[in-house]
Amino acid sequence: MNTPTDSPKRRVRVEVNGTPIVREVECRKHLIDFLREDCGMKGSHLGCEHGVCGACTVRLDGQIVRGCLVLAAQADGHRVDTVETSTPSKRLKALQDAFVEHNALQCGYCTPGMLMAALELVEQKPDADRTQVREWMSGNYCRCTGYHAIVDAVCAVLEQQRAGRFADEPVASADEVRA
Amino acid sequence: MNHPTEIPTRRDLGADLPAVTEDQRHIGVAIPREGVRRLTQGRGQFVDDIELPRLAHVVFWRSPVAHMRITRIERSAAQALPGVIAVVVGAEIAAICKPWVATLAHLAGIKSAPQYPMALERATWQGEPVIAIVAETRAVAEDALGLLEVEWESLPAVLDTETALDPATPLIHPELGDNLCFTRSLDTGGVDEAFARPDAVAFEETYVFGRHTGVTLEPRCQIADWNPGDQKLTVYHSFQAPHMMQDLYCRQFELQESQVRVVCRDVGGSFGIKVHAYPDDFATVALAMLLQRPVKFVADRLESFVSDIHAREHRIRARIAATKAGEILAFEIDDLTGIGPFSMFPRTSGIEGNQVVNLTGGPYKHKAYRAKLKVVFQNKVPTCQYRGVGHPIACAVTEALVDGIAAKIGMDPIAIREANVIPDDAYPATGASGIKLEILSHEACLREAKRVCDYDALRAEQSQLRKQNVYRGIGVATLIELTNPSAAFYGVGGARIASQDGATLRLEPTGVLTVMSSVGEQGQGAEAIFAQIAADAVGVGIDRVRVVTGDTDATPYGGGTWASRGAGIGGEAVLQAGLVLRENILATAEAILQRERSGLKLHRGAVVDARTNERLLDLAELGRIAYFRSDTLPKTFTPELMVTRHYAQRDYPFIFTNGVQVSHVEVDVDTGFVKLLKHWAVEDCGRVINPMLVDEQMRGAIVQGIGGALFEECLYSEDGTLRNGNMADYLVPMAGEMPDIVVSHVQSPTRSSQLGAKGAGEAGTAGAPGAVMNAINDALAPFGARVSSQPITPEKILRALGKI
Repeated sequence: MNTPTDSPKRRVRVEVNGTPIVREVECRKHLIDFLREDCGMKGSHLGCEHGVCGACTVRLDGQIVRGCLVLAAQADGHRVDTVETSTPSKRLKALQDAFVEHNALQCGYCTPGMLMAALELVEQKPDADRTQVREWMSGNYCRCTGYHAIVDAVCAVLEQQRAGRFADEPVASADEVRA
Repeated sequence: MNHPTEIPTRRDLGADLPAVTEDQRHIGVAIPREGVRRLTQGRGQFVDDIELPRLAHVVFWRSPVAHMRITRIERSAAQALPGVIAVVVGAEIAAICKPWVATLAHLAGIKSAPQYPMALERATWQGEPVIAIVAETRAVAEDALGLLEVEWESLPAVLDTETALDPATPLIHPELGDNLCFTRSLDTGGVDEAFARPDAVAFEETYVFGRHTGVTLEPRCQIADWNPGDQKLTVYHSFQAPHMMQDLYCRQFELQESQVRVVCRDVGGSFGIKVHAYPDDFATVALAMLLQRPVKFVADRLESFVSDIHAREHRIRARIAATKAGEILAFEIDDLTGIGPFSMFPRTSGIEGNQVVNLTGGPYKHKAYRAKLKVVFQNKVPTCQYRGVGHPIACAVTEALVDGIAAKIGMDPIAIREANVIPDDAYPATGASGIKLEILSHEACLREAKRVCDYDALRAEQSQLRKQNVYRGIGVATLIELTNPSAAFYGVGGARIASQDGATLRLEPTGVLTVMSSVGEQGQGAEAIFAQIAADAVGVGIDRVRVVTGDTDATPYGGGTWASRGAGIGGEAVLQAGLVLRENILATAEAILQRERSGLKLHRGAVVDARTNERLLDLAELGRIAYFRSDTLPKTFTPELMVTRHYAQRDYPFIFTNGVQVSHVEVDVDTGFVKLLKHWAVEDCGRVINPMLVDEQMRGAIVQGIGGALFEECLYSEDGTLRNGNMADYLVPMAGEMPDIVVSHVQSPTRSSQLGAKGAGEAGTAGAPGAVMNAINDALAPFGARVSSQPITPEKILRALGKI
């Protein structure tokens, strides 16, 4: 058994919300625990710790990942973005506004992960219709709302985007992100 | 938002109701909750986000089997692991925390055994805490779990409710004499006669409801911080009823209220899961006291499944009698329910079955009703109140029976309901079970439901599609929901659970209004509606109001959030405090302006001339003078700019609400899969404070109800261990399979309060399982097949169709 005394550690350097952070972490430590415990970024939450609920969804080099299924060491040399970024993109800001406007959250525990998932949808599936929004958001649990308002909020931002509201803020194509 | 045009008026409800305040601008309006903006930025403060100096972390070694006798615990290896602070067993906790017995005097005959924070010599369900390991980090504590050596002897487990009372079944608590927790029977008389009438038709069915659990996305969690310096305990808790926990900590640890502070900041979902006192709550507090340092407990998801309460394991034999012409004559039910090894503290696990007895048949005019209830102990996770408490079961049984009898006599499902609901002009009324109903609107809701779903068009489409072998179903459920409980719910039974709530309103020197309420926020929007009510009651813009909740050191005493009471009880307290504060402000203005009170009005954040609306004194100027320049005021006058009022509903045991839901589904008769096409809900929660919040509250509750109807079930193996205790195996509804849900409102304000608000939290969960089950059975009707066991899985549908 690995214990804190014999668990191997590794020095990792991660750019978190634009700030370089260097920490010595146990190799077994997950990214979400690293963010919450070592970086003080409490915005992303733990819901299930086995990759199902989506509450810990963050972006790793622009692509959403489950913070509970990625090791902190795997993020070494990479960029992590969470909902706490002090410089949200226009799309993220629009989603945050839309979530408030549509009451697309109740307790707000799932919301940070929900927003990260929605942001990728808005960036990568600009033509998504209501059904596709429902399908895309199905990786994230919400136990308070009935999802209806969340879908409304995401659809509203997609419409804003189609009306050209974020035209001056390009996004990487899906291929680039995955490459 | 001081200027009226800045207030969003997308939806405004209640324009046809008499206003409750002089210049009502916020009540009834769909105002977004600006207070949640911080949550969209990851700036919430949930319990696990809180760090304290010297914070330690606890994990529990929980019983891995359903029933066992502990024969040996060897903790030295775990204790020796660097970073481990203590390894503690049940007896050491019991030395400072008294056991409890969860019974209520008004549930005659209910019994349970003394329960301790951690098992002593026996563990009685898989998941019962046995050993606590406290360490510098959660990871180290979990490492140490693997170093414990525990030996036990497995004992026979009582799992099947049907045989729990057989003489051959072992006793879970031998001192109780049997495995019966609670039993109740109710008979109005006339039931046998109704079924025997020559013109009567009967319909009979057995309904089975699987156990499910709340799956709050934030698990149960707390930090207990005992400060030996001032002998004070602070507990940061993800909880619904802070004063209740303050009281329980006082009593179990022999402390005074002044020594205990419970703080509930952001709470990540509750649904009744976080209104019960759990053994590990007390254990965590005990550890903080023993170790004299703060201790954090955060259940991980696997622990949640075996330590959060479960609910709704029922098997109900039921029947209905009606005349051939469609008049409902009688209902009869026999409910058998299992609750785990203990009645849950302090609300008792007998309440759920008790509610099933109270509510079955509730919307209808019949007078003959007979009900039997048996609540039995089992070696499974304890069950207790979860969103809707008994309502989904009573509603599903009632509404399935009504559909069953309607089909038998060839009547349309809505027509039979229209003919049999208690008419809207018949209130106050008493239901057959004895429940007192103040003002309900079944007829209006049925009319509205038919309108919003375009019922006739749905039926036409259904018959058209059947010809193409597409099987759609329309399911209707009429429901009642008890809300705004009086002390008759718990207080009369001896439980120290407050039925009143309080609000303190303080005008700050800057003219800002601070509202402190004993009802907290778990996401439903309590703080937002309190701001709306306070703004209107005093006469200021909502942007000038801030709300403080969730701290027993700061807020008035009260019951918190349960039984849909936040708006109806807590909101009325805010209204009453606000109206008095308004008068006090005007009295202060009278002293400052030296003008007659009768000529003054508080309007949009300023004292104005009552006749001309001329602004005379801004509230910031009034506050400045009142607080800092008392030398300029008459010596005989003291401004009272902080007001507290309490409210308890006393007119009825509960204020019932009602509603109608319609579910539209398509069943794939080859695979058994159900596609939810759409769902409509008409609800009457009295005066609506914020329609947008009620809408999504309804939708969230409906989706939880759909979860129980189609997906969610705690499945046990034959030896009593949970087979699907993780999120991958325990299915809950996701966005992709949920339908759009249309919500419509009818408003029948309660006369028991000035505000007129009733609860809205649980009706969605109450009605959805019945509506969905009826819709599926409607879709299956051409095959003569029916399902009556929830969750309604594809397998059960295929069995009903005879395909497997």
